[in-house]
Amino acid sequence: MANKTAANGHGGFPWKHLIGFLLSIVLTLVALWVALETDLSLTWILIIIFGFAFLQAALQLLMFMHLTENSTSTKLTGRVQVGNILFAAFVAIVIVVGSVWVMTAGHAKHDKHDEPKTENHGEHGGEEKSEEHGSH
Amino acid sequence: MKWDEFFVTGDPMIYGADVSIVLTMVGILFYLTRYKKWKWLWTEWLTTVDHKKLGIMYIVSAVLMLFRGGVDALLMRTQLAVPEAKFLDSQHYNEIFTTHGTIMIIFMAMPFLIGIINVVVPLQIGARDVAYPYLNAVSFWTFFIGAMLFNISFVIGGSPSAGWTSYMPLASNELSPGPGQNYYLWGLQIAGIGTLLTGINFLVTILKMRAPGMTLFRMPMFTWSSLVTMVIIIFAFPILTVALALMSFDRLFGSHFFTLQGEGMDMLWANLFWLWGHPEVYIVILPAFGIFSEIISTFSKKTLFGYKAMIWSMLLIAGYSFLVWVHHFFTMGSGAAVNSVFSITTMAIGIPTGVKIFNWLFTMYRGKIQFTTPMLWSLGFIVNFVVGGVTGVMLAMAAADYQYHNTYFLVSHFHYVLIAGTVFGCFAGLIYWYPKMFGYKLNERIGKWVFWLFTIGFNVCFMPQYFLGLDGMPRRVYTYSEESGWGPLNMVSTLGGFMMGIAFLVLVYNMYYSFRFAKRETTGDAWGGRTLEWSTPSAMPPFYNFAKIPEVTGLDHFWRQKQAGKVEKLTAKDIKKIHMPSNSGVPFIMGSFFFVLGFGFVFDWIWMAFLGGIGVIGTLIYRSFEYDDGYYVSVEEVLETEKISK
Repeated sequence: MANKTAANGHGGFPWKHLIGFLLSIVLTLVALWVALETDLSLTWILIIIFGFAFLQAALQLLMFMHLTENSTSTKLTGRVQVGNILFAAFVAIVIVVGSVWVMTAGHAKHDKHDEPKTENHGEHGGEEKSEEHGSH
Repeated sequence: MKWDEFFVTGDPMIYGADVSIVLTMVGILFYLTRYKKWKWLWTEWLTTVDHKKLGIMYIVSAVLMLFRGGVDALLMRTQLAVPEAKFLDSQHYNEIFTTHGTIMIIFMAMPFLIGIINVVVPLQIGARDVAYPYLNAVSFWTFFIGAMLFNISFVIGGSPSAGWTSYMPLASNELSPGPGQNYYLWGLQIAGIGTLLTGINFLVTILKMRAPGMTLFRMPMFTWSSLVTMVIIIFAFPILTVALALMSFDRLFGSHFFTLQGEGMDMLWANLFWLWGHPEVYIVILPAFGIFSEIISTFSKKTLFGYKAMIWSMLLIAGYSFLVWVHHFFTMGSGAAVNSVFSITTMAIGIPTGVKIFNWLFTMYRGKIQFTTPMLWSLGFIVNFVVGGVTGVMLAMAAADYQYHNTYFLVSHFHYVLIAGTVFGCFAGLIYWYPKMFGYKLNERIGKWVFWLFTIGFNVCFMPQYFLGLDGMPRRVYTYSEESGWGPLNMVSTLGGFMMGIAFLVLVYNMYYSFRFAKRETTGDAWGGRTLEWSTPSAMPPFYNFAKIPEVTGLDHFWRQKQAGKVEKLTAKDIKKIHMPSNSGVPFIMGSFFFVLGFGFVFDWIWMAFLGGIGVIGTLIYRSFEYDDGYYVSVEEVLETEKISK
């Protein structure tokens, strides 16, 4: 508790946090504007707002989350930092890729097609697949 | 809104509850005023940042919630005891099973374990408090307010009735109108903030505040299990936060994330819910594993067998826990590929758990086993938990799950793991560390009665449910027909449920009995413990925990010191002034504003939510400009507390 060395970074005006905060709000508002107010196609809107999302994630990691901060004390903290980031990436990929896979495999097909109930759901023609993408 | 829409009316049981709530409140207010306890309550408890007191408050809340959730369970079992019973109507039954599930997981199991973690972990790692004591108080008050907000639903506005999973579209405005479902969303959201803060707080505490010499691989197993739990909390709870926020948008602001209209995806809710929900299962079981590890090692008088294997299996479980969520909805129809993958990951997660079971057995092998009550609960855990684990592997096979799913087989399975795992763990931990919290043990003789009553009741209650499930009885039904033939086993199950209820009452009586009559502990080492929490000279550690921070030389440091006859005696020259954090009333006030915010959103009174939100932000700003670096405890005060003469 009396660890005064941990107090580095305190004191001066937190410019980094303020800029990060403002940029995050701007990126969110611009994304909203692109999605609601422009006439771009759905694909382009998705590409743009995904781009903004990644930018904002990077921004938050750099501005708020001490991503680049060097650990001065022990080797262990460095290892913990790396392990933490790798696990975060793993969980993020599982959530996003996993959800997309689970929500589009099989289930979506049942919703969109009145096909005869057969056991081999995996064998759809390419034509049907492209149709499915169009409907989303 | 008229008053009879605001208060729940029409049911005599609810009126009974209203009366008892009012009487209890009046009783508490009278007691506090009559015995001039207001100041004591404020300075000792409401404003405290001491991890031990916060832990005790968590545990007291959890025991109250266990009572509430238990009463819900007994009401359900009464309704189901005989076919076509008229005790509860279907809506009332739905409300009760929803609140039973939600309260038992979110407001009983989690705070019970977090309470024990709060009390024990800083002591086990030789720290004087957690890394962020003020944040710890914020965690407690947001949890407590979330729990209270959820709990008042049954007398004000009506309870949620869409199940603890709140699947869409059942939980949508169209099918669950009124404030009930909003209570679920905001109660969990506010309590979830507290849990996330606890996750960060204890992760930092364990990584940064260990006593000198305590490397990661010298930490006690309970601290390890807490560390892994905190990692899972940090990565899993944001998913719940987002999912709850999206559903709140759907219900309050007309968005279409999970609705049937407007191209919403109803099953995406189930997907996100279980993406959080499965890691949540491990959040409530890993600390229990840690508790059993400590107890089995202590009462076998042996170092834990396979210390490193235990740790690696927990780390594996932490990773796997994010890879199995689809097994909660195999029948959604994601197709063979998805189901096969998640079937295999689910079976794989059984392997590290099995490793742990064998480690506990080998710890006991050739040990001098003492059959104390915490040890009885631990032994009961191994036997009963394995039954739950084996049926879990049965459920993990996707093809077979089509047969088991949505039946009492599943209900019985998760009660076998959650009660025999988590609840046994909570009881074992409470009894084991009771002398650390209150300075005396719970009575062992009554404790053994509690164990046998509860364990037998538990098996009588849930074992028949496996067979009811195999016989086709679906879950979440409020009644069944005479012809189904499910009557007799349901009656047996209900009797078992009431036996568990009696066991709970005996446990509470034991707390009272031991408070009155138990022999007070004279040393800090009530059980012949192995880890640092037992090394304090007094039974209950003083508010600064350790007058001198211990230096650790290996695993089970205190035990090896005792064996070598080299337990350090404190002398006056060891004592230096101690830096401690100041108490603060702000976390409590912030919690109260959270209540206003949540209550406003529940009834869609945006002005009220807005006021509460301003209050929350106001307290945050106030805190930002508060320059309180804590205070120093003088050498004289430490000497006096430790009873050392100069």
